[in-house]
Amino acid sequence: MTLSPEEWTAIFLSLRVALLATLICLPVATGLAWLLTHRNFWGKSALNSIIHLPLVLPPVVTGYLLLIALGKRGTIGAFLEHYFGLVFSFRWTGAAIAAAVMALPLTVQAIRVSMEAIDQRLEGAAATLGASPLRVFWTVTLPLAAPGLLAGTMITYVKALGEFGATITFVSSIPGETQTLALSIYSLLQTPEGDSAALRLTFLSIILAFLALLASEIFSKRLSRGIRGGP
Amino acid sequence: MIEIAVRKQRKNFNLDVNLKLENSITALFGPSGAGKSSILNVIAGLEQPDSGHICLGGQTLYDSATKINLPIHHRRIGYVFQDSLLFPHLTVNGNLHYGFKNGAVSPGTVINFLGLQDLLERRPAKLSGGERQRVAIGRALLSSPQLLLMDEPLANLDMDRKREIFPYIEQLQSTFNIPVIYVSHAMEEVARLAKHIVMIKDGKVASEGDRFERSSILSGKAVSYDAVYGLTTLEHPAGSISLTGHIPINEKQLRIVVRATDVTLALTPPRDISARTLLKGIISKCETDKSPTAIIHVKLVGGEDLAAALTRKAMDELKLAQGKPVWCLLKSVSIDERWIASA
Repeated sequence: MTLSPEEWTAIFLSLRVALLATLICLPVATGLAWLLTHRNFWGKSALNSIIHLPLVLPPVVTGYLLLIALGKRGTIGAFLEHYFGLVFSFRWTGAAIAAAVMALPLTVQAIRVSMEAIDQRLEGAAATLGASPLRVFWTVTLPLAAPGLLAGTMITYVKALGEFGATITFVSSIPGETQTLALSIYSLLQTPEGDSAALRLTFLSIILAFLALLASEIFSKRLSRGIRGGP
Repeated sequence: MIEIAVRKQRKNFNLDVNLKLENSITALFGPSGAGKSSILNVIAGLEQPDSGHICLGGQTLYDSATKINLPIHHRRIGYVFQDSLLFPHLTVNGNLHYGFKNGAVSPGTVINFLGLQDLLERRPAKLSGGERQRVAIGRALLSSPQLLLMDEPLANLDMDRKREIFPYIEQLQSTFNIPVIYVSHAMEEVARLAKHIVMIKDGKVASEGDRFERSSILSGKAVSYDAVYGLTTLEHPAGSISLTGHIPINEKQLRIVVRATDVTLALTPPRDISARTLLKGIISKCETDKSPTAIIHVKLVGGEDLAAALTRKAMDELKLAQGKPVWCLLKSVSIDERWIASA
């Protein structure tokens, strides 16, 4: 089966969006997971609820909120465009942000579970050995939370490949700019002759998702071997 | 010199200790849950006291009055935990070097001292309990601490492993010249290791004193209590031992520490004497030189050793020598509560 240039574009766009979404989501989720597992502060429950909002809100609502906040006329969006020349609405970077936001609750959860499983006394032991909080984070917390980080990466990546509602609301469906695989399939289904093309893209989506799952399986096996030491 | 004066409210008791410790091995001794580990955690900075101050060699680590609270990683206090807490994702070598600072202690010296040469590439999961504790000691030493805290480092080990680690801990202080605070509820460890012993009970210092140079440990079961005189009788193969106070009578083996200076020897069972405890045994060794005192080691019936300190004159006049049967007399009042512990 040969792919048309449009199909290749959609695939590469999807991968690009997924990669950027992961790069955005992972550090933010790691920071939030660390806060939720290591610190007690006023408003912790509220923060936890806010993080989980994208999970319970209809994706359209999340996309609309993003448009309000980050759109050209939104407060944050206007500020970013004016001072940094950054525009997200109707751009592929915006699609990545939409995917990152949608994936955030699940990614935070995955990393959080992993961090909760760490014996915090290990971090205390590191501190008695003279390690600063930052060094403890890099050399003890992060390596031991690696399984959660991997799962989080996986979740964001797959979520980004399949994200639809928030993306189409925030950045619309522009071929070559924001029309990822999922959006392409949807728009093909809107055209009278699009059925067979939609099926091909569906098949491609399955392959991409399957490869990602396979890669994560292999990585996580290596990882747990690395932490526990030995096969 | 270590100065600790801290108060901390806890769920089940209030920690309130005031201690001045010399630069040697100090043992915090007492029942589980008495607050011994809390004291270590407060010194290391892992727990916050409510008020008080902690000074170490002239440096203030914590002072509630002047709001000084040095972060854990600036305190330079080595901590050997009961369950070692080695980093599972690092090799032994990685663990040893985690806190390494160029200081008085070199990695080579520590690795040699603790016999870790063959373990360096292994992961903690592949170590025995005893090996893990040796690595934990090495890791703490290599961070060049000003003070070493050890929280029941032998508690999770079986007897053989304990024997494996013990010599290292015994030599630690003299080899590396680091003051050590050693927490334990095992009397044998405390009696063997510490120069200074602090008894902790319900979060407070119950008593404090230096180790008696010579002492022996006897074990037996409490079998009866005389309420009229307030005496508990301990059953021992060599004879019954009277102790003051009420000790719960159960199947547990009790251990008592007997100072050599509190033991009197007799060749025949004496009558008309105030000592209530009479133990039978055979002299196994006489330790003597030109000094006026001699130490006589008696193998009691049942196999336990009891050391008695006598004058050399008494030894010669009674013609005490190896193989001679003797009776050992103990004053019940010389064994106070802090020297009794369940095994």
